[in-house]
Amino acid sequence: MSFLYARNITFSYINDFDENESAKKTTVFRNLNFAVERGEFVAVLGHNGSGKSTLVKCFNGINIPEEGDVIVNGYNTKDEEHLLDIRQSVGMVFQNPDNQIVATIVEEDVAFALENMGVEPKEIRRRVDDALKTVGMYEYREHAPHKLSGGQKQRVAIAGILAMRPSCILLDEPTAMLDPNGRKEVLKTIKMLNKEFGVTIVLITHYMDEAAQAERVVVMDSGEIVMNDTPKKVFSRVEELKNIGLDVPQVTELTHMLIDEGVSIDSEIITEDECVEAIRALFN
Amino acid sequence: MIKDITIGQFFPGKSIVHRLDPRMKIILTGIYIVLLFLAKSIFALLVGIIFMIGAFIISQIPIRLMLKSIKPIVPIIIFTAVLNLFFITTGELLFQFWIIKITTDGVKTSVFMVVRIICLIIGTSLLTYTTSPIALTDAIERILSPLKKIRVPVHELSMMMTIALRFIPTLIEETDKIMSAQKARGADMETGSLIKRAKALIPILIPLFVSAFRRAEELAMAMECRCYHGGEGRTRLKQLCTAPRDFAALFVTALFLIGVIIINRIFS
Repeated sequence: MSFLYARNITFSYINDFDENESAKKTTVFRNLNFAVERGEFVAVLGHNGSGKSTLVKCFNGINIPEEGDVIVNGYNTKDEEHLLDIRQSVGMVFQNPDNQIVATIVEEDVAFALENMGVEPKEIRRRVDDALKTVGMYEYREHAPHKLSGGQKQRVAIAGILAMRPSCILLDEPTAMLDPNGRKEVLKTIKMLNKEFGVTIVLITHYMDEAAQAERVVVMDSGEIVMNDTPKKVFSRVEELKNIGLDVPQVTELTHMLIDEGVSIDSEIITEDECVEAIRALFN
Repeated sequence: MIKDITIGQFFPGKSIVHRLDPRMKIILTGIYIVLLFLAKSIFALLVGIIFMIGAFIISQIPIRLMLKSIKPIVPIIIFTAVLNLFFITTGELLFQFWIIKITTDGVKTSVFMVVRIICLIIGTSLLTYTTSPIALTDAIERILSPLKKIRVPVHELSMMMTIALRFIPTLIEETDKIMSAQKARGADMETGSLIKRAKALIPILIPLFVSAFRRAEELAMAMECRCYHGGEGRTRLKQLCTAPRDFAALFVTALFLIGVIIINRIFS
């Protein structure tokens, strides 16, 4: 069975304050099926309101589906008894690093989850140091979080999740508020966690070049999964992506323009290196 | 301008005072306050002054900080001095003008009171100079932990304090941004009467509150994602442990307290 598995799930937001009876319930998605295997790196794309955040939040019991089941590592998220086990094995990183750091010292913040889990102080120390070293923030362990840059703060937030030793990390647009350097730092960390530590990654993003680095890309539109394939396959469907309001990586766009002009070039190019290679081959 | 606000007045250092267990420091500060209030004569107070200066020297806190801590209470000091000077009419008459009488007792008492207040403020500010706010919160939580038995939400209170401390710089930064944004759109916050200026704060406070609530919601979710479920079964990264130096400090402080009691006896 898959590590994360959503079976026929339906989810709606209830807004009690809305005057209009029919507007009180907004259904985000209906009968959705989705699975993630252990060790995978999945990117989720979709424009605002497509339900991608809502879906991902179902995987650690923040959102409980109205109908259907979400099974995480064999536990159903509806099962209150195992909620803490689920949250420990599936960590989540949010968009704004400022709003997820709890303590006034970096290492205290990284220790927060472990303190909640009731881990022995000595073991906490060891795991905090390990987590900070993994994300490359060990030298900053005694700093105040508000004095760090956005990328550094986000890496501290990742370390805070990593210290729990989760098998999976869900990231909800972790780079949306960062500058280009911060984005690079964070993405490098995410990829490293996936490659070297085998951590399952589900990354929600707006940046196509980030999605291109995943093993699988899932595209959501109005609460439905419309594409679910390798980045190469997904990004070669340029027209369809544009129709639902998404972009493709710049290099893909370039090669497709070349194809339209009658140049024979591979239509599944998604990285700059591949593109340079292909164009060089054309000239030879 | 708003960036100048500092929260807490922690002055990092590695002196023995800094390294004392924060719980012990709170207890010692308590003993010091008792000592100051027990002192009945200026000689007894001298013991307190010696203790305070000694602690300051050991902690290597610059004198300028010591003076800085008195600054905000200068009005109270002056008020106390004047009150004692005018309203104590016993003792030898020194000076009389209309209904105002100044006597030797009045001068003595007002000097005594002023010295006592200054000692109180400087001595207690040493606690906040040498202890980080987070260590203080932690220590308060542990000192108050017996109250959990009578259902005082000690853990929740200290968690709230920690989060408040964490978000003060963030919110200050945000206020700065909102102020700039409103100024860029022509808001005038620096001129006009007091009421007008107070009204000009509304367009700053409303966005600030809205964003604070939004942050709170996100923080709560992030805390839940990290298995937060209240204070039950929680462990801590940094454990407070009392070292021999803590008891040595307690011993020294107790000696000074006894000194004050003896001097009180001699001069009574």
